[in-house]
Amino acid sequence: MIANTLPKSLIDNPRLDRWLDFSVPGRAGIRVGKVEIGQGIATALAQIAAEELDVGLDQIDLTAGDTDCAPDEGMTTGSLSIEVGGASLRLVCAEARAIALAAAAARLNCGPQDLSIDAGAIAQNGKPSGQDYWTLRLDLARDATGSAPPKPASAYRVVGQNVARRDLPAKIFGGGFVHDLVRPGMRHGHVVHAPRIGMAIAGLDLAAIQRAAGGRVEIIRHGMMLALIADSPTDLRRAAFAADTAIGWNGLPPLTADQQEAAWLPTQPSRHGAHGDANQPPPGTRITATYSRPYIAHGSIGPSCAVAEFRDGRLTVWCHAQGVFPLQAVLAGGLKLNPAQISVRHLHGSGCYGHNGADDAAFDAAAIACLRPGTPIRVQWRREDEFGHEPVGPAMLVRQDGVLGPDGALRDLTTDIWSAPHSGRGGAGNALTARTQPNPCPPSPVAETSVPYPGAGTRNAIPNYAIPAMRYRHHLVPSPPVRTSALRGLGAMPNIFALECFLDECADAAGQDPLAYRLAMQPDPRARDVLTTVAEMANWSARGPAGTGEGLGLAFGRYKNTSGYAAIAVRVSVDTEIRLLEIWCAADAGLAINPDGVIAQLEGGIIQGASWTLKEQVLLDEAGIASRNWDRYPILRFSEIPPITCRLMHRPNDPSLGMGEATIAPIGAAIGNAASHALGARLRDLPLTRAKIIQAVT
Amino acid sequence: MTDPIPLSLSVNGRVVSLTIDPTAPLLDVLRGPLGLSATRYGCGAELCGACLVLVDGVPAYACTREIGTLAGRDITTVEGLGTPDAPHKIQTAMLAVQAGQCGYCLSGMQIAAAALLARNPSPTRSEIAEALDGNLCRCGAHPRILAAVARAAQ
Ligand code: FES
Ligand code: FES
Repeated sequence: MIANTLPKSLIDNPRLDRWLDFSVPGRAGIRVGKVEIGQGIATALAQIAAEELDVGLDQIDLTAGDTDCAPDEGMTTGSLSIEVGGASLRLVCAEARAIALAAAAARLNCGPQDLSIDAGAIAQNGKPSGQDYWTLRLDLARDATGSAPPKPASAYRVVGQNVARRDLPAKIFGGGFVHDLVRPGMRHGHVVHAPRIGMAIAGLDLAAIQRAAGGRVEIIRHGMMLALIADSPTDLRRAAFAADTAIGWNGLPPLTADQQEAAWLPTQPSRHGAHGDANQPPPGTRITATYSRPYIAHGSIGPSCAVAEFRDGRLTVWCHAQGVFPLQAVLAGGLKLNPAQISVRHLHGSGCYGHNGADDAAFDAAAIACLRPGTPIRVQWRREDEFGHEPVGPAMLVRQDGVLGPDGALRDLTTDIWSAPHSGRGGAGNALTARTQPNPCPPSPVAETSVPYPGAGTRNAIPNYAIPAMRYRHHLVPSPPVRTSALRGLGAMPNIFALECFLDECADAAGQDPLAYRLAMQPDPRARDVLTTVAEMANWSARGPAGTGEGLGLAFGRYKNTSGYAAIAVRVSVDTEIRLLEIWCAADAGLAINPDGVIAQLEGGIIQGASWTLKEQVLLDEAGIASRNWDRYPILRFSEIPPITCRLMHRPNDPSLGMGEATIAPIGAAIGNAASHALGARLRDLPLTRAKIIQAVT
Repeated sequence: MTDPIPLSLSVNGRVVSLTIDPTAPLLDVLRGPLGLSATRYGCGAELCGACLVLVDGVPAYACTREIGTLAGRDITTVEGLGTPDAPHKIQTAMLAVQAGQCGYCLSGMQIAAAALLARNPSPTRSEIAEALDGNLCRCGAHPRILAAVARAAQ
């Protein structure tokens, strides 16, 4: 293999000893940059390493996300951890195994073909050789060449098996999270955040804050930052709530009600990008429809948390960031430190699903810790902080304008996408508290482009269907009313919602069955497979007429048009509310490293996406985000969750495809199509609440 | 905010004596001085269930329950339900069906499930869903959590 075909993680981190060592007898120390965020990656990567090294899964010690010792793999995002991180680790381990076999062959004076490895011990013609990974003292201080061929899928014994999550026991028995870390002498800190970025403190009643905490809170002002420290989290929380009302803010005009809706976006200045067919649409039957999703929250169940310690000129931060190296750079820039002075260690957090408060909470802890050298500072955001100050998932409005041929087929499609930015990361100036430090770095300009792959607001804007001509125009609204950033799937969910609902509208106009309509324009056999499989699971052929109050709908998506395939069918009943009755999913992950883990991801995406579709919208008031606890931001509950059946296509010989975001997009359209079938009327604006249903039928 | 008072209660079968602000929430006392990390902060407002514990066998929100109301009462947290060596049947079942993605919600789920199983040893799917309806999970681990409770009931 030549170097430029190596996966990105390996190109960026070529040294083998960055990835693994055999320094502890009987153990394989594996280090990776992709981190566990509830998706099971720690287990899947351990499976890959155990497979290629021929050691037991229980011999793997995995360290993930540590700037001191683990490879820099950037962010754990975009369903790339298996596709890129896993592919890199596979090559590294295959090469380490080859190096071990060569070293053992030299020692034993035989050929490597006479040797095999089991549990790390090397056998010669099936008999113990006395050599193993630990006796050989391998020199791994060298760059990977990628030249050792990994095992063929037919030889797999660990990969492809259902393996129990390695992190789950600790969490079930009450530990396992950064939230549980206690350092000697640790105190509790809180940074007061403005309702919106750009507001400044206009008036401050310090006595009220002190009073609420019985005088046991230390109040720090540093630059524009107002921070609180206390020994007891109870005192700190009381002071923090007092601060919410003891401070007057100014600097920005009040928000207006229309700003919380996606329909506000086209009224705003935007940056334009375009892609696709340059010709004018041909004549024919035109159909247009506009779909929208509002701002939505990540909604982690555990608000963000971090512990930071500044000691002897070194800053150490324990946090649940999706990227420890990017955070190291943000901390260095924002706190005017050298990156070499900063260690960032990943510990498990509550599921984040994208850019939630994790990085900001870590920055808060670090900023306070730097002002109190020697004292570990724990920051746990309150629920109100998480909902009120995390970057939210962008609102999007998508207009489809299609031309049908005489046969009813979709011949030409023009898509207009209005979206707030999907990436609010991007450097030291973008962390909340960085902006309040003395001499703050300027915030980075919005860097999002309009590229088709992988896209952001344009993610999945290109239909994964054979449509003779298509084009999209991307209208990026760079200044939304609230901070926005990456949330599971980025633009894929609104774009696939708009496309897959529109295809049903086209099929209706053409008088055709929605499944047959899709299959007629779908040449990819893997896409056809998941569609026909889910149709069979849902007994699609028995689908009744529209408008009976009960409906069956389906939708398809291939995330980024390059990752996992998923087709979903949903049966609903609708009166004034949508009730989910049953959900089926057929998905294609290529080689599934841990099939049960993939199924869990499919289920999770279905439920989260159903919740976005039926319930969720971030509410604004004049100051900022008003939906600051679960009473104003309801999500799907147990009693609303129907039976869900997921089936994985068997494709062990195809490369693994990222599956974390495979179902989050098509579930919305499948519900929209099912509800519209039940009602005999179209629902196009998320969330599909009682008010939208009443509006649609009257 | 009130001056500390002496107070005794039972936590996971052991009597604990503290001198403490009686208005402090039980959650802070468990996670702080008692060093029991399973009971989790989620919302602070009885809206998510992450902080559930059993008070005399009945689920209660530790995020709002003032420690001063608990003198002489019997508290059970996840640490008291079971341990890796002697797991509660809901813990065994959760591991068996791999119920949990990030796992943050699972402590509260276990408490709600244990209370349900204690009063109704063979609940239906809808009875399980109803008993857990106050517990939020954002990862969508619901199908497996439901399956775990059903399995533990067998
Ligand atoms: S933390 Fe107590 S119910 Fe949410
Ligand atoms: S498993 Fe993550 S919140 Fe339930």
